[in-house]
Amino acid sequence: MGLENVINAALPEVLTTRLDSLINWARKSSLWPATFGLACCAIEMMNATSSRNDLARFGSEVFRASPRQADVMIVSGRVSRKMAPVLRRIYDQMPEPKWVISMGACATSGGVFDNYAIVQGVDKIVPVDVYIPGCPPRPEMLIHAVMMLQDKVMKESSRDRKDVLEAEAREAVVPGTLPVTDGSTARQNVLPESRPYTIASKHERRRSS
Amino acid sequence: MSSTLNVPPQFEIVDRPLDSQMTISMGPQHPSTHGVLRLELVLDGETVVKATPDIGYLHTGMEKLFEYKKYQQGIVITDRMDYLNPLGNNLAYVMAVEKLLELEIPERAQTIRVLTCELQRIASHLVWLGTHALDIGAMTVFFYCFREREKILNLIEAASGGRLTPSYFRIGGLMMDLPAGFEPRVKQFLDGFLEAVDEFHTLLTGNRIFQKRTQGVGVISAEDAIDWGLSGPCLRGSGVNLDIRRANPYTGYEKYDFEVPTEADGDVWARYIVRMREMKESHKIVVQALGRLKPGPVKADAPKVVLPDREAMKRHMDALIHHFLIVAEGFDVPAGEVYMPIEASKGELGVYVKSDGGPKPSRVHFRGPSFVNLSALPQMAEGAMIADIVAIIGSLDIVLGEIDR
Amino acid sequence: MTNGADNEQALPGQTSPTSSQNSTPSLLVTKLQRSHPEWITEIRVAHGEVTAIVPREHIQAACSDLKTSAESRFDFLADLCGVDRGQEEEPRFEVNYHLFSTTKHHRIRLKVLLAEDDLHVPTVTNVWRTANWHERETFDFFGIVFDGHPDLRRILLPDDWQGYALRKDFPLRGYEPYSLK
Repeated sequence: MGLENVINAALPEVLTTRLDSLINWARKSSLWPATFGLACCAIEMMNATSSRNDLARFGSEVFRASPRQADVMIVSGRVSRKMAPVLRRIYDQMPEPKWVISMGACATSGGVFDNYAIVQGVDKIVPVDVYIPGCPPRPEMLIHAVMMLQDKVMKESSRDRKDVLEAEAREAVVPGTLPVTDGSTARQNVLPESRPYTIASKHERRRSS
Repeated sequence: MSSTLNVPPQFEIVDRPLDSQMTISMGPQHPSTHGVLRLELVLDGETVVKATPDIGYLHTGMEKLFEYKKYQQGIVITDRMDYLNPLGNNLAYVMAVEKLLELEIPERAQTIRVLTCELQRIASHLVWLGTHALDIGAMTVFFYCFREREKILNLIEAASGGRLTPSYFRIGGLMMDLPAGFEPRVKQFLDGFLEAVDEFHTLLTGNRIFQKRTQGVGVISAEDAIDWGLSGPCLRGSGVNLDIRRANPYTGYEKYDFEVPTEADGDVWARYIVRMREMKESHKIVVQALGRLKPGPVKADAPKVVLPDREAMKRHMDALIHHFLIVAEGFDVPAGEVYMPIEASKGELGVYVKSDGGPKPSRVHFRGPSFVNLSALPQMAEGAMIADIVAIIGSLDIVLGEIDR
Repeated sequence: MTNGADNEQALPGQTSPTSSQNSTPSLLVTKLQRSHPEWITEIRVAHGEVTAIVPREHIQAACSDLKTSAESRFDFLADLCGVDRGQEEEPRFEVNYHLFSTTKHHRIRLKVLLAEDDLHVPTVTNVWRTANWHERETFDFFGIVFDGHPDLRRILLPDDWQGYALRKDFPLRGYEPYSLK
């Protein structure tokens, strides 16, 4: 990411199709999911990685437990209200570029459970790239969704993703973690404004429109 | 130390000696917690001083949802509870309502219920084995188990249309009869299954690493197990010979010949052995059930409760009216309350249904075995290492859908 | 009921079927009512199950007697759940205790009726430790307070949730849609 931003900053008028193709090909062929199996869809996700429907053929070789090492978050299962802040926090911890696949009816829209406890659609919390219907969707549907995501990744351009501005990044506070200790807030002796979640990056706002 | 670092005022650095305790949160997103379980561990180095489960991250409000749905609509919700044993959940709920209605279920329906529930029990134990072994470090077993499980899921999908959420049973019998060619396929699966279990044994049981990681870990005595309400393989692994299929038989289980495996040690290893033996016992029951299958009706003779035959509905007026009323308005269940326990793959799954006399229940409560099994974790985990916690959670075989409902 | 193949291992929990025929649950409860008439106000038998209604001050005593007495031996608390009978009913709430005996394999239900303005019940965690989580769940969903419980706080709903979700006057969809703010 650093290289392409340098190129884009230095030569803003130059088209970068070849570079884009190379970068996107590399990204789509190694989409590593973060383990975010919540409920029944997680079992179908496990079925999709098992030997009969092998998701690793398509590049999703390892399911990384740590979100810092993952590219795509497959939200598989119903998101309850207690879990929603955790979901957002895991999403925030993933480094750019990141995508979200919302697997199953419960993640897409609340599913069978239209009640007080379930968030009616995970796109109220994170921006979603691919929605998979089904309850639970067959493993082949998950593979199809990963392939659709790969097509989407191929169409991206490196100009769409700029680094979040450094100052913005320093301002963002996730509760329970120490803020960036450059001492700026300590010098002013003021509490950082309590914002529950990181602000959306410019990239995110553009994608959801 | 705090004078040289510029730390904002709301945080303070306290000097702690190295051997004091640390509280750490394991989960809710964790590869080894089998779902969204959060454990608050108070650690002294690597040893766990206290482990407190924090659940509710998958709470779905299912019990409230039941009160707004007709009885037959509730069957679909029960699938999603213990999603590794959906037929067991279906069976418990359906039998509870049948008990309230005092319906008599035909013989063929009971045999098919036993057959499919035992297949489901094998499938649930296969997922347990795969994930438990994966957590301890044996990755091959995971793939082998899921290979066998695919065969069972194909069978369940052939019968009911759904792999993981079949909703195969209805109040009064089954959704529909088994498809043609089902019995040879089951036989084909059964022929290869015992060798597969022996293959799992060769991979795990003789492995010294697996033995060292599981023997003597997470011990709970028989009296403690009963006091904590453990049931199923967790209780039988502590030496208590209790199986609801024998104690309070249902669906014709009293006619089948099977053993109830029990081990005396009460540790992770004992529970592992119990479940492996249970898979073979379920295999035995399926063989017997296949032998008992005789042609007959699969729905009870209760036209106000059970949907009529499709062809009859198209030709006869009363069948059409009954179909319409059952689907549109539901059937009235007489007022009363009932508690129906069954032996699910994880333990005693009890359903409490209270009816006010209408088409929707007044209260449905599921006593999930994993909910109660998990409550014994703090006792089992005292003094264990963090890696042992992983083994203990695996051996409890918890499913968060059932815990959090 | 007939037993299938005999289990070779004689381990705790297993018993012969004949010993349970002398003391079926309804006989047990009628005997208990005769010996302690203030403990049981009503007995109902329906669908093959016995329900005994116990006033709330005596629930601990009744439970520990049923657990320890040699004829009943209800050493397993299978389930403890609350019920909201409806806003017009009086008493509005009830708490059901489902007891099971691992040796004699019989079951019984105890019921405590509670009025809406005084939702307190003594805890039975000193009788069976498994009641701990069940009572927390009942408190979480209905607001029934169990006096003497070691750790009575919410278990399934988030800790800062307002209201009691399974009461009949709590709407299905809750009070506000979810938003991150």
